[in-house]
Amino acid sequence: MNAEEPVIRIRGLRNQFGEQVVHENLDLDVRRGEIIGVVGGSGSGKSVLLRSIIGLGHPAAGSIRLFGEEVATMSDAKRGMIERRCGVLFQNGALFSSLSVAENVAVALTEHHDIDPGIVHRLALLKIALAGLPLDAADKFPAQLSGGMVKRAALARSLALDPDILFLDEPTAGLDPIGAAAFDQLILTLRDSLGLTVFLITHDLDTLYTICDRVAVLAKKRILVADSLDVVEKFDEPWVQDYFQGPRGRAAQRAAASSSISQPQGH
Amino acid sequence: MSETGSASIADDGATIVARGDWTLEHVSRLDRLRGSLQRQVRAETRIDGNGLGRVDTAGASLLLELVGDDAGRIDLASETMRKLFAAVARAENAPPAKPRRKDSGFLATVANVGAAIEGIWRDSVALVGFIGLILAAFARTFPLPRRWRITSTVAHIEQTGLNALPIVALLCFLVGAVVAFLGATVLKDFGASIFTVELVGYSFLREFGVLLTAIMVAGRSGSAFTAQIGSMKAREEIDAIRTLGLEPVDVLVMPRVLALLVSLPILTLVGMLAGIVGGAAVCVLTLDVSPLMFVTRLHETTTVRHFWVGMSKAPVFAFLIAAIGCLEGFKVAGSAESVGSHTTSSVVQSIFVVILIDALAAIFFMEINL
Repeated sequence: MNAEEPVIRIRGLRNQFGEQVVHENLDLDVRRGEIIGVVGGSGSGKSVLLRSIIGLGHPAAGSIRLFGEEVATMSDAKRGMIERRCGVLFQNGALFSSLSVAENVAVALTEHHDIDPGIVHRLALLKIALAGLPLDAADKFPAQLSGGMVKRAALARSLALDPDILFLDEPTAGLDPIGAAAFDQLILTLRDSLGLTVFLITHDLDTLYTICDRVAVLAKKRILVADSLDVVEKFDEPWVQDYFQGPRGRAAQRAAASSSISQPQGH
Repeated sequence: MSETGSASIADDGATIVARGDWTLEHVSRLDRLRGSLQRQVRAETRIDGNGLGRVDTAGASLLLELVGDDAGRIDLASETMRKLFAAVARAENAPPAKPRRKDSGFLATVANVGAAIEGIWRDSVALVGFIGLILAAFARTFPLPRRWRITSTVAHIEQTGLNALPIVALLCFLVGAVVAFLGATVLKDFGASIFTVELVGYSFLREFGVLLTAIMVAGRSGSAFTAQIGSMKAREEIDAIRTLGLEPVDVLVMPRVLALLVSLPILTLVGMLAGIVGGAAVCVLTLDVSPLMFVTRLHETTTVRHFWVGMSKAPVFAFLIAAIGCLEGFKVAGSAESVGSHTTSSVVQSIFVVILIDALAAIFFMEINL
């Protein structure tokens, strides 16, 4: 795969459940090292798109290339390799409830690599600290964690194998504004330090304005526009205008403009 | 692919030169390498990382450990690399967890035994309390026909009664046949094969009909009650019922208890009949007893009190199975694993209680000559 090829390349994707068509002729490119935010109304198929990319859903038509490999036709061995390069943070964390946080993180390490248990434990603690959790949380079970801690524990698990792409499904939903802002900064730090590509589904306008390099708008069964925010804001389409020029959108714009944390351009 | 990771220390111990890929795939080998270098590292030793290839968090963590988690002591070629090492160093320097107190094996065993016994006691108290709650709810809703949840009750009767009919009938038919076979074989030596009819009749009317049915229902419906109520508890639906001003016992428990009180006696009747038919089938096939003779002998020798002895236990079992199933559902906390363990516990407890009560009842009925 050459340097020019996007990390994720989707062409003509079609997803349908029975008669109901969710995606029709959907195109999207995700470039290496960027944070791309996907927005769209409830039920517009954002999570379905994510599931298609990581191979959990089976598209009716179209092509999805991940690291230059066609997802639908790749061999099982190849799929295993590719899956290890993808970290996924599910909407509700999807932590294994019978395992402690440290064990949740360690699962992938022990299953995929023949590593001494001592090193596995050390690496698990490292990921937990990277995700911004206090190390006291390592021995706790998911049921004992607060909502924000569940998200961070799930992030630690998705980082376990040092993935190249991080898929985040509504990472800040259900967090308080302080927690959400801290989580945004955490993702930004991890992207910069670990060189991640981040595919982010969100409804949180502050997240879009603070950390996203590009925003893709999913509406009318396809990606209407995928570009930097100032282009997307001006896109001539009623839904996009309502979304970004509504009271919440304008508030987030003002907050981003006055914020001391400027949006990083290029890297 | 570039070379795999390596590192060597200069003779004066001032610098370590790290080269190649320091990634998760090679982490075991790299950790041994780190261990062998660690002894020669001094306080001012620096790492020359300009020759590094790919590095991930695992590799960075090993290199940082060599220099006491101080990213400043590693020379790196690129800004990205410096950011990675800085982030990992920050994480490595996170305040450690408070050490947990560890009990010795013996003390922990004694504590576990104590906790288990306390658990049995608490479970018993909770069950008695819950039975009281159900009876109070009965008393509360009985005079108010508007509060009878007829739709829900009928739905549960369908699930626990009608849908269980085939399996209960088949099970009892087979056990009836087995009992008849055993009886025929043993009694033949005494020339008393014909008493097989009484054996099948007595055992199914008094004991097996109700016992097999109750065990089947405990495994089938008691577990379903626990899983249904437990998953509702785990998703805060029970709390939602409370906040809407409804009583979970009225809404969830009453229909299930009433449904089992209706279905279990009906299933028991079917089980008794199926068992006797199974016994009759074996008698007809192996003992040269005609079906008419079987029925006549059964009619002559077996009085109806045996039927009532068996049937009188059915509502008691029904009530206990439903109460235990629902109570275990309410005990579920949070996770999916908890739903599973309480479902298991519900089935084990209800089968245990059913057999215990059956044994006590057998002694009781014998003592009063019924």
